[in-house]
Amino acid sequence: MPRTVPLRELAHGRAGDKGNRSNISVIARRRADWETLVAQVTVEAVARSLAHRRPSRVTRHLLPALAAMNFVIDDVLDGGVNDALNLDAHGKSLAFLVLDLPIRLTDTP
Amino acid sequence: MAKQSLLVGCGAGFSGDRVDAPGPVVRTLAARGGPACLMLETLAERTLALAQLRRLESLEAGYEPLLARLLAPVLGTCLERGIRVVTNAGAANPAAAARRVRELARELGLRPPRIAVVSGDDVSGPAHAPFLAAAFGGERRPVSANAYLGAEAIAKAWDAGADVIVTGRVADPSLAVGPAMAHHGWSETDWDRLGRATMAGHLLECGAQVSGGYFADPGFKDVPGLAEVGFPVARIDAQGACVVGKADATGGCVTEATVKEQLLYEVHDPAAYLTPDVTADITQASVAAAGPDLVALEGVRGHERPRKLKVSAFFEGGWFAEGEISYAGPGAEARARLAADILAKRLPHLRLRADLIGVTSLFGDDAGRLLAATPAGDARDVRLRVAAAHADLEGARRLGEEVTALYTCGPAGGGGVRTAMRPRLTTASCYLPREAVPARFDWAD
Repeated sequence: MPRTVPLRELAHGRAGDKGNRSNISVIARRRADWETLVAQVTVEAVARSLAHRRPSRVTRHLLPALAAMNFVIDDVLDGGVNDALNLDAHGKSLAFLVLDLPIRLTDTP
Repeated sequence: MAKQSLLVGCGAGFSGDRVDAPGPVVRTLAARGGPACLMLETLAERTLALAQLRRLESLEAGYEPLLARLLAPVLGTCLERGIRVVTNAGAANPAAAARRVRELARELGLRPPRIAVVSGDDVSGPAHAPFLAAAFGGERRPVSANAYLGAEAIAKAWDAGADVIVTGRVADPSLAVGPAMAHHGWSETDWDRLGRATMAGHLLECGAQVSGGYFADPGFKDVPGLAEVGFPVARIDAQGACVVGKADATGGCVTEATVKEQLLYEVHDPAAYLTPDVTADITQASVAAAGPDLVALEGVRGHERPRKLKVSAFFEGGWFAEGEISYAGPGAEARARLAADILAKRLPHLRLRADLIGVTSLFGDDAGRLLAATPAGDARDVRLRVAAAHADLEGARRLGEEVTALYTCGPAGGGGVRTAMRPRLTTASCYLPREAVPARFDWAD
């Protein structure tokens, strides 16, 4: 029976900022889940979760040796730490927006 | 025969970090013995512009205000045990920072340290004015403009026997690369070793972020003793490879997971992490547990360094204002939303950002699209927060006045008004040819 879990159950990660660009890592907790993450934590999925911030580009870099991926998300920080009006001008909280993505599990744990 | 590994401990990862962090790091370096240095990284992007503004007010200001408090508990041990101190706490005024370190040594009754001051990063003077005018337009004069220097001047100061090396803007990892380069005798084109040491410096540069800070997520990622989190200590060998751990008798943890998160922190293309020293490549990197709270980083490579140096410039950007007021109990969210509508009507000259703390306040965008798409609910403890930028002080001040007036003129039961204003700095970057930014070190006067 397929079930859906938040990405946070399968992965961890953190957000960093440089200028108006955010990067968010997504790192598999268990190597066995790596293929599931590659298949479902896509550029499109991340772009959708940040759609209200109108990313101009989302790039995904895969690092299989670390069972990790790095998303580089352009123009989502309202100008960056010096310009944004956000309480969280660095976008540090954004990792948890991505970690809330729903992931479909096909086999029972 | 390869030289003994160098131990690099990091005692501060940003301006405002814990002043009690360096103590356990230095005790650990002393207990391990062997060649060692203490790295204090205290310069975020905008820290330097703020420091420049302070320097304009006083010739002896413009360096890290916490410098003496960070160093006082450890300088004696460092000098006695030959643990060198490398720090970018010089910010906009490394020479004044060096004078403060000398004075501190005198106050503590220590021998006078040999202090090297690295300079060349400040490109706000007339010599570079044509470059900056070409990049930013001639009509705007920056408050500060600094190039990111690399490890070379630090390495030269280390070779010359400095006890303390004070810099302004250098690339953060270079604070570790300089000592490693000098200690191991690498050339400035030894790309693989420089690449590895750069990633070691990258793991260290944010202090506790590699050893359990910025990591805990209860129930998912638990960190023991986070209130006493230990700062990192890395062993960098003759090949540049590192094993990262943390100060003895502290909380926190160094695991494969903490190291992976910090390895990718603020990295864009993992094949090309650019610093003034090298283009580091972590596409083949891996991490492996090497003992309790010890993780080895392997497989990092390096390629030729960029030909140009990045310059960050800051400009005066008017004023930033914000205000908050809270509502609780039945109808709290509706009352907070009404207050936001009132402010928008009263402040048509401002592009207001509104947040409902307790409903949605962080994930949203400045244009308010997420908030607009969030259906009105019945949250019972909501803090309205509004923020805006404005070119002049009077225009910005209106925001705080209107939030305060909500006490008597706004919805029922509003309490806890806070307002704040501060000058804004905006930033822009450009690139300068390396030759136009000669870095050097001098002994402190």
